[in-house]
Amino acid sequence: MQVKDIITSLELKVFGGSQGLSNEITGGYTSDLLSDVMGYADNGKIWITLQTHKNVIAIASLKELAAVILIKGNEPDADMLTQAKEEGIPVLGSNEEAFEMTGKLYNLLTR
Amino acid sequence: MNKYRADLHIHTVLSPCGDLEMSPKKIIEKAREKGLDIIGITDHNTTRHCKLISKLAEPAGIFVLMGAEVTTREEVHCLTFFENDEKLSEFQLYLETHLPPIPNDTNKFGYQVVVDEDEQIIDEIEFLLLSALDQSIEQVEQKVHSLMGIIIPAHIDRHSYSIISQLGFIPSGLLIDGIEISANCKVASVMPFLAKHKDKTIIRNSDAHYEENIGKAFSVFEMRHRSFSEIKLALNGIEGRKVSIS
Repeated sequence: MQVKDIITSLELKVFGGSQGLSNEITGGYTSDLLSDVMGYADNGKIWITLQTHKNVIAIASLKELAAVILIKGNEPDADMLTQAKEEGIPVLGSNEEAFEMTGKLYNLLTR
Repeated sequence: MNKYRADLHIHTVLSPCGDLEMSPKKIIEKAREKGLDIIGITDHNTTRHCKLISKLAEPAGIFVLMGAEVTTREEVHCLTFFENDEKLSEFQLYLETHLPPIPNDTNKFGYQVVVDEDEQIIDEIEFLLLSALDQSIEQVEQKVHSLMGIIIPAHIDRHSYSIISQLGFIPSGLLIDGIEISANCKVASVMPFLAKHKDKTIIRNSDAHYEENIGKAFSVFEMRHRSFSEIKLALNGIEGRKVSIS
């Protein structure tokens, strides 16, 4: 499954980094501690977080994550979005909370 | 140049987690006993005890760096310091504007009381000072520097509330005046995170919440005399001034 395949079913907003919409998804990782993601998220995963700091993109790029989903209606900081566009990492958004978004993504990926 | 012993991270009774014994008067007594020349007063998200402590410290021969330990939106703790009462008051207003109005539960978190020089309670802070401000670390940094202040990410070796735990690494372009490590931190353990920040001065403080911990860790400032501007110059290693840690 690719990032673009989940956008409609999860009702996600695309903030930027759309060059990466055909990234293959291998799973998901939900965490707000960037040091944790750096240590434990595997490549190809979708990262669900409330953090809107530009370091999110640096870590997503380093770990070759498929995309980032910002929850609770959070919007990326301006410099996070700039970096996402440069790195081609899709930054998506949802009004859901982490629990619901994680559950829906899990169901979609294991269906 | 002269050498000064400095512990720049001390909480008072005003921090909910600060011991009730941490009154302005007791902090000065203890700092004197420990041979500290400079102390930093850094309550969580408030500066309300700084001016009194600064006043009480003067006859005791101790220089006080006035500031706060700020919690940014990312839950990163940063030490911040300001040169004078006017700048400190403006920063206090900024803190009050951006602290979420979540009431403090004294049973869970402890008391947040302002006291006078005779240790009498004169005010109690209603909102929980442990909350995070609604401001990013960059926004806090910009506010501090617009007031010509000092900002130092606190205890970067800790696994919670540190710039490394919350943000993975020190963001590029963030203008910081130094880096703080915890009392027992081995410098080598944080070096991997400082590869791109080799020019930054590392300081070590006690982060005292109890009087027995005041001065347990300290940094030695080598500079001309004790003043806010000399401390800032020493942190930035200007003209032979420097800071060393054990």
